[in-house]
Amino acid sequence: MNKLKNNNRKLSKSKETLISGAEAVILSLLSEDVDLLYGYPGGAIMPVYDELFKYREKLNHILVRHEQGATHAAQGYARSSGRVGVVIATSGPGATNLVTGITDAQIDSTPLVCITGQVASHLLGSDAFQETDIIGISTPVTKWNYQITKASEIPSIIAKAFYIAKSGRPGPVLIDITKDAQFEKFKFSYKKCDGIRSYEPRPKVNDEIIKKASEIIDKAKKPLIVFGQGVILGKAEKEFKNFVEKSGIPAVWTILGLSALPTSHPLNLGMVGMHGNYAPNVLTNQCDVLLAIGMRFDDRVTGDLKTYAKQAKILHFEIDPSEINKNVKVDIGILGDCKESLSKLTSLINKKEYSKWIKEFKRLDNIEFDKVIKQDLNPTKKGLTMGETISNVNKYTKGDAIIVTDVGQHQMAACRYSQFIKSKSNITSGGLGTMGFALPAAIGAKMGAPKREVIAIIGDGGYQMTIQELGTIFQNKLPVKILVLNNDFLGMVRQWQQLFFNKRYAETEMVNPDFVTIARGYHIKANRVEERKDLDGAIKEMVLSKEPYFLEVCVEKEDNVFPMIPSGESVSNIRLE
Amino acid sequence: MKDGILYTISIYSENNVGLLNRISAIFLKRHINIESFSTSLSEIKNVFRYVIVVNTTEEKVKKIVSQIEKQVDVIKAFYHTDKETIFQESALYKVKSSSLFEQRHIQNVIKNSNANIVTVSPEYFVIEKTGFRHETEQLYKDLEPYGLLQFVRSGRISVTKSKMGISDILNTFKGNNYKKKKNE
Repeated sequence: MNKLKNNNRKLSKSKETLISGAEAVILSLLSEDVDLLYGYPGGAIMPVYDELFKYREKLNHILVRHEQGATHAAQGYARSSGRVGVVIATSGPGATNLVTGITDAQIDSTPLVCITGQVASHLLGSDAFQETDIIGISTPVTKWNYQITKASEIPSIIAKAFYIAKSGRPGPVLIDITKDAQFEKFKFSYKKCDGIRSYEPRPKVNDEIIKKASEIIDKAKKPLIVFGQGVILGKAEKEFKNFVEKSGIPAVWTILGLSALPTSHPLNLGMVGMHGNYAPNVLTNQCDVLLAIGMRFDDRVTGDLKTYAKQAKILHFEIDPSEINKNVKVDIGILGDCKESLSKLTSLINKKEYSKWIKEFKRLDNIEFDKVIKQDLNPTKKGLTMGETISNVNKYTKGDAIIVTDVGQHQMAACRYSQFIKSKSNITSGGLGTMGFALPAAIGAKMGAPKREVIAIIGDGGYQMTIQELGTIFQNKLPVKILVLNNDFLGMVRQWQQLFFNKRYAETEMVNPDFVTIARGYHIKANRVEERKDLDGAIKEMVLSKEPYFLEVCVEKEDNVFPMIPSGESVSNIRLE
Repeated sequence: MKDGILYTISIYSENNVGLLNRISAIFLKRHINIESFSTSLSEIKNVFRYVIVVNTTEEKVKKIVSQIEKQVDVIKAFYHTDKETIFQESALYKVKSSSLFEQRHIQNVIKNSNANIVTVSPEYFVIEKTGFRHETEQLYKDLEPYGLLQFVRSGRISVTKSKMGISDILNTFKGNNYKKKKNE
């Protein structure tokens, strides 16, 4: 009898501590210090949403207007804050709508944890309502993914997901949770993940290799640093700046490296790549040592590989072993976290200056200024240019804002002409080139850095791919500034058609709606500029506004972005007109 | 594939659902056809081993192997040429039993090929042959005139002449974790 009583007591006690899988999802997120997630509810994820309702004081959920917007918002959040972005969506179409953003995060190394609902485990594989094999679909575009079918797996898998997403070279992780696992009750306990035996996120820096690198650097006559996002992801801005200043080596950036070193720094000499600056591209093929730091030799950076920096000794600082020798054969691969390798290297090298070599940059800069920049920033023609618009933005942000860009001509203009004084200030879709990225990414960027000014600069094409997120901005009263550079064309494609397809403008001209009216429909302050005399005032009003603000600038319809390395050609064949 | 030779890729991994998909996606992404594929337990408990054969260049196989190794659940991946491995394939041949008695010559074929008879029934018998590709192919040619009811060949299985050192990798990890905990 006594024994039975005891047993009953035990049973009721353990019953008290049982929670549902859905609640465990929330508690696991809270254990990872998550306080914000982007998502969209639906059938297979409803148990988790029900718990979200209960925990809404602790966990802020932002309801987007399309799941793709949730992924880009989480990317913007991750990029402006340096934390992991979290996304939640339902099964089937909810899950497939995440794929573009996940792919973008994978190629641009952005840490995301995406949670999708799935049909109950007994229905898996039966083509149930809103069932899709999101594990199969997302495999090639995630750093890791996992399907949970038992509630007891939830805490350890979420812990592993956060560890994988943010460690080493960051990336997106997807966790698919069947509906029965969300309902199932179990005893919850949480332990953060601190290692996985098959996974080495931070390869050790080899001191001998650092020594060898320092000898090469000390002997260099015309060295060049090309830096990428690795400096930002490795939180190595300070170490990088110290290295640049002691070594005296001119530093140029890839599109994702932008803002890791202030644009006004005397050794920051511009952008490499297809629409980068003239000097950095031409001199890539004249330097004697090329130090590639936290970048991956994307084809938009290298142009024709057969003629890329063949004369130079190449030193590649990289955390991901599979990137070394992937596109460009290097002389020394310096594996490891650049925060560590750069500080070690800085202590070994001699302090130097390369004034003669830097003069060569200045000489070519002047050519670019005369042929391109002058007309972009101070045009004499009637139509407004993208360049003068960006230059006006700089005037009022003073380089302190986060600039979020989409993909196309406006993106190149914004990256070429924006000024930055702080890191994590340039947020754009680099590797994947996802039109529609900027508007939702700006939402996340603002929430990841609420005290900073966030300006989304978008073309008229990309803007309409995710325009519905104006609803998210309106509902959450997010003071995001939206600057649409409207040329009534898919401008970059049109430019290629003009240059390489004999001006056959196939499906690139757009008949656009009244963007100002649309923004006002969402109760967002809106304005349009068509003439130069109104530009300065309108941009001032936009930047200084405390509320969300939409500004459309009608720019010249058929302007081109120069310089330009034609696709597949050598970086030294960069064209100025 | 021009200029290519056969490379045997060996992968040691955790035994997780979906990893097969993740590995094959790397070949798919580079448009490389897999010649042969097999997977089994390895010499280490709970560690799986994949043996994948591809016809490609060393430059490409190197990149593939490092992209495979990058996957979170992969412990280690290697590539080897045929000279660096010991490898075999297995084949099964199902033949009508009547031919065994009516056409006596088939008995010599079986005997000369060092194949084993796995099972014999009144209707059919099954022969097993393990060896190199050219050996299983020779037996196929030899048996074909007698009427093959079924034929199947396994993927390549191989062991390397050099050490793999997987246990060392796993022990280092244990050691690291132990150190970490001790420091805390």
